[in-house]
Amino acid sequence: MNQSPNLNSYREGPDEDGRFGIFGGRFVAETLMPLILELQAEWDKAKTDPAFQAELKHLGAHYIGRPSPLYYAERLTQHLGGAKIYFKREELNHTGSHKINNCIGQILLAKRMGKTRIIAETGAGQHGVASATVAARFGFPCVVYMGATDVERQAPNVFRMKLLGAEVKPVTAGSGTLKDAMNEALRDWVTNVDDTYYLIGTAAGPHPYPELVRDFQAVIGTEAREQLLEAEGRLPDMVIAAVGGGSNAIGIFHPFLDDKNVQIVGVEAGGKGLDGELHCASLTAGSPGVLHGNRTYLLQDADGQIKEGHSISAGLDYPGIGPEHAWLHQIGRAEYVPIMDDEALEAFQLLTKLEGIIPALEPSHAIAEVIKRAPKMGKDQIILMNLSGRGDKDIFTVGKILGMEL
Amino acid sequence: MTARMDKRFADLAAEGRPALVTYFMGGDPDYASSLEIMKALPKAGSDVIELGMPFSDPMADGPAIQVAGQRALAGGQTLAKTIQMARDFRKEDDATPIVLMGYYNPIYIYGVDRFLDDALEAGIDGLIVVDLPPEMDDELCIPALAKGINFIRLATPTTDEKRLPAVLKNTSGFVYYVSMNGITGSALPDPSLIGGAVGRIKAHTRLPVCVGFGVKTAEHARAIGASADGVVVGTAIVNQIASSLTADGKASAATVAGVETLVMSLASGVRASRLAAAE
Repeated sequence: MNQSPNLNSYREGPDEDGRFGIFGGRFVAETLMPLILELQAEWDKAKTDPAFQAELKHLGAHYIGRPSPLYYAERLTQHLGGAKIYFKREELNHTGSHKINNCIGQILLAKRMGKTRIIAETGAGQHGVASATVAARFGFPCVVYMGATDVERQAPNVFRMKLLGAEVKPVTAGSGTLKDAMNEALRDWVTNVDDTYYLIGTAAGPHPYPELVRDFQAVIGTEAREQLLEAEGRLPDMVIAAVGGGSNAIGIFHPFLDDKNVQIVGVEAGGKGLDGELHCASLTAGSPGVLHGNRTYLLQDADGQIKEGHSISAGLDYPGIGPEHAWLHQIGRAEYVPIMDDEALEAFQLLTKLEGIIPALEPSHAIAEVIKRAPKMGKDQIILMNLSGRGDKDIFTVGKILGMEL
Repeated sequence: MTARMDKRFADLAAEGRPALVTYFMGGDPDYASSLEIMKALPKAGSDVIELGMPFSDPMADGPAIQVAGQRALAGGQTLAKTIQMARDFRKEDDATPIVLMGYYNPIYIYGVDRFLDDALEAGIDGLIVVDLPPEMDDELCIPALAKGINFIRLATPTTDEKRLPAVLKNTSGFVYYVSMNGITGSALPDPSLIGGAVGRIKAHTRLPVCVGFGVKTAEHARAIGASADGVVVGTAIVNQIASSLTADGKASAATVAGVETLVMSLASGVRASRLAAAE
């Protein structure tokens, strides 16, 4: 336990107990333990099963639209006058974000395990839509838990999920946001252990979820690495991604972790600033604790009670973060920085006008960090950024803030 | 302290009846009322007390206990105050075992060593920490046992024969058999199935087996007590407290009295159970 990782690699975690350093683990009720062990056994078989990998690849190509393009953002690069900026275009995936990569992988696992019912939690609704999509595609009934506050804020996604045949259950317990939705999904799972598969949306939760979600998302970084080598003949100097729970970020970071000259930057939701309570920067302003099955950085008070996160982006306001990010932060392999709501909003508008791409508010945080860093870098340097989702879902939020009638 | 718990179960075994184990949320709705409830429990016939430690995100609890925790937190309850509550209780009762029940994060933030020292000094006998399965024993279970505090484990219907020895390995005090898969406060399963499950656990351990989840009435307590060493009642008590509160969530004259009446009734159930079983 707690053995130090192979010093030659940052990519070998987690250990057999599901730990990344002191982070991760399996902090769940006894009722769930046998299920998690069963999932792990099935995952261990699936990841080396050529038939499973072939099906994943086939659906990736024909259903999701992989590989997603690597795009040189020429006008943004010129505008900033520094490093060359490349986007990994995950927003062009089916359902509009990287979330589908994980959902396709996990629904294939659920099928292998003989489960007949899917449950999921969602904040902004992107993971809920992706889960409802794969449930429709594979003919599973699907229940999506969503905080009552989010149901109200994200009406278009609620409608999408319902169209796709999912049942959306508003969660009023607690404060009615993502963490409460996750609590409620765990309660459902504890009650329906025999037939139900819990399709977790981010690289967090009890082992093996952080590992398997990362592995399903690592296709992002693996493709981008190859695409960039082809386009530029070299690796990027910096990889940047937004971090909520952290699945899109770990997906693009992981294949670069052992490339020592590639700087890795995760961007957290700074909300209205780290001085007050209205932010969601678990790594830069939180502390280690235990929630939702893993030890990781959390927003919490001195008594260990979990606080609510705030961000302009509903997809970033989870008060925790995947355990592998917690570890990368602690050992210093990746750097995590906050971006405020107003900076993200400006980046959202700049990208829309310069590149004709409306980004989601989540990657708008990453764009804001690119805007800060690129001008300070040389023109021969390269930034790779994960453009993890499209902004259609956010136009109402943005319109409201900008005072536009929709 | 392990001795107090062992003595209590030994005495009950000699008496020939199961234990009544009562749960309530520490600090619900406020510290003073909650302490009064705690003091009333043994007087009304409770043999073992489970003192709930409120947590913002109680993932294995149903709505009743979630809301009770929110009331307690809103009333200013902290882990330090929950330990203080045990300390205050011990001033007048040195025989009734106290088990702290809750989730790991507040303990982790308090600091495991400091928590165990303070808990021991306050007269706490055991811990039930819902999100620490045997795979996580190094965190709290092993240090607690080393200091002489019982670590009570939950066994569930999903705990199969293969897993049971691992679950029982570092368990002490008693085994808490959760009689169904689900969250606290769900419906009571068929009592006849419980006898078999208790027997299955007893084949692996000499520890007393207490059964909970879904027990609401004296009749439930009697039926479950016929085959178990103890009957755990939680949600029914928490609901009783909730129903006694004023419109603005404050304790009323009926808050402590209502719990007393309910627990006396449940106590009559466990006291009748072996008489019935012996017939």
